[in-house]
Amino acid sequence: MQLFHRIARQDHAPVPFTLDGRSCVGREGDTLLTAILNAASAVRVSEFSGNPRAGFCQMGACQDCWVTLGTGERVRACTTPLVAGMEILTGKGAAS
Amino acid sequence: MTVRPQPLIVGAGPAGVRAAGALVAAGLRPLVVDEAPACGGQIYRQRLVDDGRSTRSLYGSEAPKAERLHRDFAAFEGRIDYWPQALVWSLGDGEAHVALAGRNRKVAYDGLILATGASDRVLPVPGWTLPGVFTLGGAQIALKSQGCAIGSRVVFAGAGPLLYLVAWQYMKAGVNVAAVLDATPLMAKRHLLRGLALEPAIILRGMRFAAELRLRGVAIHYAVEDFAIVGETRVTGVRWRQGGHERSLVCDSVGYGLALRSETQLADLAGCRFTFNERDRAMLPERDISGRSSVVGVYLAGDGAGIAGADAAELAGERAALALLEDRGLPYPPVRALDLERKLTRISRFRDVLEAAFPYPAHWAKRVADDTLICRCEEVTAGTLRQSVRDFAVDEINRLKAVSRIGMGRCQGRFCGASAAEILAAETGRGIDAVGRLRAQPPVKPLPMTLADEKQEAAQ
Repeated sequence: MQLFHRIARQDHAPVPFTLDGRSCVGREGDTLLTAILNAASAVRVSEFSGNPRAGFCQMGACQDCWVTLGTGERVRACTTPLVAGMEILTGKGAAS
Repeated sequence: MTVRPQPLIVGAGPAGVRAAGALVAAGLRPLVVDEAPACGGQIYRQRLVDDGRSTRSLYGSEAPKAERLHRDFAAFEGRIDYWPQALVWSLGDGEAHVALAGRNRKVAYDGLILATGASDRVLPVPGWTLPGVFTLGGAQIALKSQGCAIGSRVVFAGAGPLLYLVAWQYMKAGVNVAAVLDATPLMAKRHLLRGLALEPAIILRGMRFAAELRLRGVAIHYAVEDFAIVGETRVTGVRWRQGGHERSLVCDSVGYGLALRSETQLADLAGCRFTFNERDRAMLPERDISGRSSVVGVYLAGDGAGIAGADAAELAGERAALALLEDRGLPYPPVRALDLERKLTRISRFRDVLEAAFPYPAHWAKRVADDTLICRCEEVTAGTLRQSVRDFAVDEINRLKAVSRIGMGRCQGRFCGASAAEILAAETGRGIDAVGRLRAQPPVKPLPMTLADEKQEAAQ
């Protein structure tokens, strides 16, 4: 179940991406964090406890929303714009 | 003849933009490096794309200021160098390392204005790492810049003006605000009356936020203690104590924060001397009213060197730039400089009022439970910190870092440093000003392992 709820940009151009293999659709102007949390309730799991995390500060300071892309690149979800076709991996299926 | 390197401004929020403007007006061409894709900082942050909402609906009463700042910065084009989405990750001795589009650039600078801004100050509570919990600033960014609510039934908790502002913004956006939980007592708000003489518009606006929240049926609770967020894999509610009674509420998300804290890492790397600041309850780089730091040629402006808000940041940014001009032997307007200082002094007096109205919960360190996570990166608990202090006879924060890993994670102590210092002070029975501060380390934020040096690239 999603965490976020859209108040604006509901009708902006759809931007398809996959989340742990699942097909999802974000909107033009989304960050990865926004796109993920409109489709799921977590962006990653803690390496220590395995507990789910969904970011915290949304301004690139807390570093709690790093995700892995299909390309192997690791990016901070809250400061990375969503691009069509991105394959986002949350690790251990946190977002399932 | 060697050309003097250009001045470097770090940050394109209110302070950085105004600093750039003053340098441009004097005929200098600064380099402005900013992490965001567009200017404005956090307070006047811009959307990635237009979403049909008016600037009024985004920035409220501050919309004219936001528009002016964005417009003025756009007008600097051709007269400044501007690197957005770029991170100054290390600096010192007139050279900065900037990560930009996957490459590392080394930049020589002559004159450095740090306008690095602030993030939310947080004292950890049970459940603060659960999905659905965001800082007040984070909750505001979701709404303002992404057009999203962090949940469908939101509790806002903590203290400070941002608490009421964000709760009000969510309510205005049509989101169900379950309650506002203010950690400070209602009695403390009497201090706001003193603020009426200094900044009547701000005080009246704050009172209007609280009144309209109540009018729309949002409960506001004061003197909230032992606040905790409940849930297994995401937020399902909150509980707290109030006047000796247990209270609880069902909600699916929480915005939480206790005022703001300065981003001081680059000032530290630049060699600036720090002193303890009573009002911010933090170690801050020293600056005089002109923005000069303890290091020649390094200037500090805006919330990055002490919290004073966006209006002060604009004034301080301009003032710091004038100091840079004066120190370079260039003409500058002394009357304007004095006027800026007078306004900054007035705002500083107002900050004293706000601090009295939202007093810091100094008892937190005594009450926080052993199993509460303090460091969200490395998952270090309050109990581990207390045990470490005892086992290793720790009396200094960097030593505590070495033995417990607190502050060693990806955020580099941004969100745990203050609370770890509080616990260390409480455990050793000393003042918070006596336990030191976490030293900044480059890179100040995580960098991709693939970051290529531009020289190496050129050689290929």
